[in-house]
Amino acid sequence: MRVQFKTSYDTDIRLFKDRYQLAWYAVLGATLIALPWLIDVFMLGEITNVLIFAIAGMGLMILVGQTGQASLGHAAFLAVGCYANVILQQRAGLPFVVAFPLAGLISGVLGALIALPMVRLHGIYLAIATLAMSVITEDIIIIAEPLTGGVGGLFAPDISLFGYVINRYGDPAAFYWFTLAVTLFCVWIYRNLLRSPLGRAFAAVRDSEVSAQAMGVNVPKTKAIAFGVSTFITGLSGAILGHYIGVFTPEAFNVLVSIQLLLMIVVGGLGTIHGAFFGALVIALLPTGIGMARDWLAANVGLTTTAIPGLETATFGVILIAFMLFEPMGLYGIWAKMRTYFELFPFYRQGMFVRQKSYLKTERMR
Amino acid sequence: MSLLSVRNVTMKFGGLVAVNDVSFDVEKGEVFALVGPNGAGKSTVFNLISRFYDPFEGEIVFDGENLLDHAPSDIAQLGIARTFQNIELFENATVLQNMLVGRHTHRTSNLLSELFFLPSVRRAEIAHRRAVEDAIDFLNLHAYRDQLIAGLPYGVRKVVEMGRAMAIGPKLLLLDEPASGLSMEETQDVAFWVEDIKKIRGITVLMVEHDMHLVASVSDRVMALADGKRLALGTPQEVQNDPEVIKAYIGAPDDEQEAA
Ligand SMILES: Nc1ncnc2c1ncn2[C@@H]1O[C@H](COP(=O)(O)OP(=O)(O)O)[C@@H](O)[C@H]1O
Ligand SMILES: [Mg+2]
Repeated sequence: MRVQFKTSYDTDIRLFKDRYQLAWYAVLGATLIALPWLIDVFMLGEITNVLIFAIAGMGLMILVGQTGQASLGHAAFLAVGCYANVILQQRAGLPFVVAFPLAGLISGVLGALIALPMVRLHGIYLAIATLAMSVITEDIIIIAEPLTGGVGGLFAPDISLFGYVINRYGDPAAFYWFTLAVTLFCVWIYRNLLRSPLGRAFAAVRDSEVSAQAMGVNVPKTKAIAFGVSTFITGLSGAILGHYIGVFTPEAFNVLVSIQLLLMIVVGGLGTIHGAFFGALVIALLPTGIGMARDWLAANVGLTTTAIPGLETATFGVILIAFMLFEPMGLYGIWAKMRTYFELFPFYRQGMFVRQKSYLKTERMR
Repeated sequence: MSLLSVRNVTMKFGGLVAVNDVSFDVEKGEVFALVGPNGAGKSTVFNLISRFYDPFEGEIVFDGENLLDHAPSDIAQLGIARTFQNIELFENATVLQNMLVGRHTHRTSNLLSELFFLPSVRRAEIAHRRAVEDAIDFLNLHAYRDQLIAGLPYGVRKVVEMGRAMAIGPKLLLLDEPASGLSMEETQDVAFWVEDIKKIRGITVLMVEHDMHLVASVSDRVMALADGKRLALGTPQEVQNDPEVIKAYIGAPDDEQEAA
């Protein structure tokens, strides 16, 4: 095991713990940048999809994992980001470099405003309110047909970055790099939040609203800000998603997508950035994985499974239940245990991650 | 002028009168203890000062400010820090992060500067860290700095909660049963800390405590409550020897009970 000697307060503030960690992430970063030369176009598209999901996952994670507020309506903000980005470009004639961040901001401001009346709700009530909001958003998009194309949907134009035109199919590598850059930006601001007063206020609200209040944290305001930051990031993801899928209708952002996003971060591991990425890998690659498994089964065992409807959803459900039962910390939990196992080898013992039971909170106030 | 002045405060929960027309003043620089049997209304007094509840009647003035004009999240800013009888720490955060939340009232940055972690945010973080390290030194919490609360023993959690309250840099510290559930040695530590908080740090302390030995050794004045009513107020000796107080603790003699 590496022992780290801390010599200044800055050690706990900077982004990378030490040189080893920096080196690991440098290797990972270099691999990600070099990816278009390492894998084929199809897989590159899949990985781009993973990144888009990971961005949305980080957005939702800030709300659910960091601040402890449930949302079953985040697909609505994917939609807001997606539609705003395209409408700003096509109708308002704004260039992509302006429309894209503006779409995120619109989604963020809208999220914070919508949150204001909802922040006094807890748990299941908040989940239901966000669900309702998601349904209403879908309806509004359909009603606002002149602007949104109604049920017919919209075409996303090619991305134009300072005169350089990126088409998702014509230039998959550039599309991937752009998505990667946005992903890294989101990771960076997420990390910055975690090491700032606001990120700690989020955690305070998540773990004990009463004592957060006693520490001077304005709980409703903090929740609204969490909604805003969360929906800003989700909106950015939606804007890229629009260009990725090319044609979109309100259907692409229905309630099932919201639920999928929530399940994704639970499977990935709540409360960590890693969790958003692990969850995105599972959710974005699962259809491809199941497709490959089907082909393999058909070719080698002679079993045809294409007749089974809803196989993906069912598989995902089984995975989710398995995680709830055996690994509540999600894939991140498994990863953390493996890492510790190797760091401490051969001294790892079972029960190392078992937490002490919390004490009764009989007098707990809400 | 007193630092904290509670005047004729009454609090009702449905039909239950938890605090009944209670008045007391806490002077600057003293340790003031609230004692009384379970359910006497001591924690409710704390929660009223924290503004978790609106009193049915009465007034609470702190340092010239009418507390009833303020929201619960303004109370820390005014200089009142507190702990909870049933420990309310942020379970999934480290000791250090918990104590840094105590610095929230000293936050100088805003959403944008924090998202981009501007140099000013970094400088402020280091200043917050210094203040927190000071509390860590004071309470000897070095060994637990980077541990999650969820894995800490009960006694340590109590101390962390005190540390988090001190990180606020308060004028008045409310401690709700700081020694309940602690061992003899740990209780002794609490006694020393309360003494130092008053003498070295110059922080006024209002505390609820059952351990009469601890109360007698650290407090300047004591108020006894029973059934929401004030029974006695004075030095620890005076209150301990007050016939009303003895009656409330031991119960009324048989004949009086029959008469009632
Ligand atoms: N939030 C609440 N709702 C209803 N009753 C309460 C509430 N808080 C306290 N009480 C009641 O008020 C009385 C005083 O409680 P408390 O102040 O906690 O007593 P203690 O002196 O033991 O700290 C008790 O009878 C308790 O049951
Ligand atoms: Mg109590």
